Amino acid sequence: MEVSRKMVNLLGGGGGGGGVGDLNLKETELCLGLPGGGSSEVAETLRATGKRGFSETVDLKLNLQTEESAPLDLKEVPVKNGPKEKNLLSAADSAKDPAKPPAKAQVVGWPPVRSYRKNMMAQKSSKDESPIDQKLSTASAAAFVKVSMDGAPYLRKVDLKMYNSYDQLSDALGKMFSSFTMGNYGAQGMIDFMNESKLMDLLNSSEYVPTYEDKDGDWMLVGDVPWEMFVESCKRLRIMKGSEAIGLAPRAMEKCKSRS
Amino acid sequence: MGDNHHPLAEMAEEDGDHQPLRGSDPPDQVLDTVLETVLQFLTCRQDRNSASLVCQSWHRAEALTRSELFIGNCYAVSPARATARFPRVESIYIKGRPRFADFNLMPRNWGAHFRPWVSAMSRAYPWLEKVYLKRMSLTNDDLALLADSFRQFKELELVFCEGFGTKGLSEIASKCRQLRVLDLSDTEVIDDAMDWISSFPEGETPLESLTFDCVECEINFEALEGLVARSPSLKKLRLNRYVSIRQLYQLLIKAPQLTHLGTGSFSQSENIQHLDDNQDLDYHSAFAACKSLVCLSGFKEVMPEYLPSIYPVCANLTSLNFSYTNINPQQFRSVIVHCHKLQNLWLLDTVCDEGLQAVAASCKDLRELRVFPVHPDEDIEGPVSEVGLQAISEGCRKLQSILYFCQRMTNEAVIAMSRNCPDLVVFRLCIMGRHQPDHVTRKPMDEGFGAIVKNCRKLTRLAVSGLLTDKAFSYIGQYGKLVRTLSVAFAGDSDMGLRYVLEGCPRLQKLEIRDSPFGDEALWAGAHRYYNMRFLWMSSCRVSRLGCQEIARSMPHLVVELLRYEEEDAPFVEEDNNNFSVLYMYRSLEQTRNDAPESVTIL
Repeated sequence: MEVSRKMVNLLGGGGGGGGVGDLNLKETELCLGLPGGGSSEVAETLRATGKRGFSETVDLKLNLQTEESAPLDLKEVPVKNGPKEKNLLSAADSAKDPAKPPAKAQVVGWPPVRSYRKNMMAQKSSKDESPIDQKLSTASAAAFVKVSMDGAPYLRKVDLKMYNSYDQLSDALGKMFSSFTMGNYGAQGMIDFMNESKLMDLLNSSEYVPTYEDKDGDWMLVGDVPWEMFVESCKRLRIMKGSEAIGLAPRAMEKCKSRS
Repeated sequence: MGDNHHPLAEMAEEDGDHQPLRGSDPPDQVLDTVLETVLQFLTCRQDRNSASLVCQSWHRAEALTRSELFIGNCYAVSPARATARFPRVESIYIKGRPRFADFNLMPRNWGAHFRPWVSAMSRAYPWLEKVYLKRMSLTNDDLALLADSFRQFKELELVFCEGFGTKGLSEIASKCRQLRVLDLSDTEVIDDAMDWISSFPEGETPLESLTFDCVECEINFEALEGLVARSPSLKKLRLNRYVSIRQLYQLLIKAPQLTHLGTGSFSQSENIQHLDDNQDLDYHSAFAACKSLVCLSGFKEVMPEYLPSIYPVCANLTSLNFSYTNINPQQFRSVIVHCHKLQNLWLLDTVCDEGLQAVAASCKDLRELRVFPVHPDEDIEGPVSEVGLQAISEGCRKLQSILYFCQRMTNEAVIAMSRNCPDLVVFRLCIMGRHQPDHVTRKPMDEGFGAIVKNCRKLTRLAVSGLLTDKAFSYIGQYGKLVRTLSVAFAGDSDMGLRYVLEGCPRLQKLEIRDSPFGDEALWAGAHRYYNMRFLWMSSCRVSRLGCQEIARSMPHLVVELLRYEEEDAPFVEEDNNNFSVLYMYRSLEQTRNDAPESVTIL
């Protein structure tokens, strides 16, 4: 949050109270920060015009998350119930107590419905509107992209349309790949993107950086463009080592420099 | 045990050169020719396997005349060995990963690569016409090699496969000039941004079947339209959800000869380019013109108000796949009442018990039913239950195969089905809540499944669920004498459960178990079976690494793989020497494979 406020100040304090015109301008500006998803949630307004540190997208939160929001990987349909724990191994133990199965625990691959089918159903439950609404609702087809992480034995897929911001995506990716990453991003976990040396540190380190391939086939750092634009243009995601992403960063730095 | 023909001996026979036994007659050329001519007519592979064991000359003649090769496990035999024994194969069927891989229980890069097979075949079978792959990984390069190697290639069917993209499809489309069948089912296709539909050559094509309903990328509709128009033999067309209902209409009027149709989205397209979208086309007539249509699927984003357009074809339908079709009981009923000839029906449980009652009333000829959950969760109220199952059992007496997902079930309904549907060959019941007892009596589901194995004398495939004690397994071992495939999850009390099955089911080929309390003792008890089985899968059970090592050591032709599955927050809560989640073992004639990833340990 510190960084975003700093950014806002740098811009002359547009802030959440800025006029509509203001907002739009910043929305479409090429900048390093994350203008936010254009969401109208109150919580987001502070971020809507401010820019957040690049590392917010990068910061794949690695700690075990006991969950508040709906599970974000593709195996499950979002469930409204409480905390879930991934639990591969203790199911056999629960057999001893038939009266009380671990009701809230979720298990890999159970029920045995294939991912493709689950994904199709997940889309449908968000489409439980009347046919008229279906017609009017904007392209609500899913935007599935493959996500690979260097060093992980298998790829995942995410539906970008399920998220409204880089934040949410970053959370989801963090959960998906937490067992493969190592990592802390420095004390506060925030990097001032304007600070070239810190960015370079990040990119030179063994930390992980999300990148994506856009419609033109170019590999870009995640976080440059407004969220919707990103969703439209992103074809696949790759979480690569910071040191490998270094070739992508200068482009981003250029844009930022030219702005200020 | 009882089997005289040890299957490994059979497979090993062709190893090396065959030397005729001293004292036997020299090969009789005439006899061999007659033998080959006769054996050519033997199509069933079990019969062929038996024939090959009669004597050397039968073995040789059978090998020379086998034109369809079935490889049930791509690692059981190497491409080199297979192509050496069978030199004249025209069509090949290869299965790779075990079924539980579909549920994310295996690392993606586990194996089952098509590459070594297509390489070997490109040299050994230049006349190859047909390739059918199930759960294999293949790349664009593999498809390119296939397209380049086989001049007469005619049929490609990929089921549950992945690893390639539209570039690979484009190779097939453009180079296989005799292509009749290109069927992709439940297969992941990477969007390489390649317009593969346009890659089909100009002019009339021999295409008979084109299935791409699982392909999750846009296609060039104009090119597709043109392709359909110049494919007069086209009988099967299954579109993906990027084809709108308007576009479907345009295709239907060009191809009324279709017998199998996958309708795509069955809704309006999202980009409102057609200003006259409000003006509905005469879908009803378009369907009515399809007098040969017997199989319907798709409806992936169905707009229910368009469903009545399919009424004209319902009376002839033998197969209907509504498993992606989110419609309510009333909408469903108005369709199903017309479908009197239906034999195969796949549904979403949104049709509720009511919908199943409608099926029971209308579809007296039903052979196969699958009911999938729209919400595959454990803790919710489900729309289908024992009521639906009971209704089906009473109305559809000819039922042979059922897959039923539900949240609640009773022994009574399962017993009823076992009595009403004695022809059942496949019974797969998935009560989604783990360890769920009979909903009414709160007892285990032992008696229900027991009745199934006892009363359904033809049963070969069984999947159990719900709260089950060892008793259920004792029933299976006692009565399930024809069972070939058994799926177990979250069931049983002790090693005895697994022992009952391994000791009691002589035909067991594929055993997949997860999260059940079976350990090393049970594993050992089945040692005499493993060479006669295709595979054994045990994940999150109580087998130890030591136990697996013992098996591996004493059975050299058994490949014992231990897979580590690392999931996000999975706590590893086992003893030191148990660093694996999955035991997957299978018989094989080959040495350890060298394409396994790091997360796999082969003992």
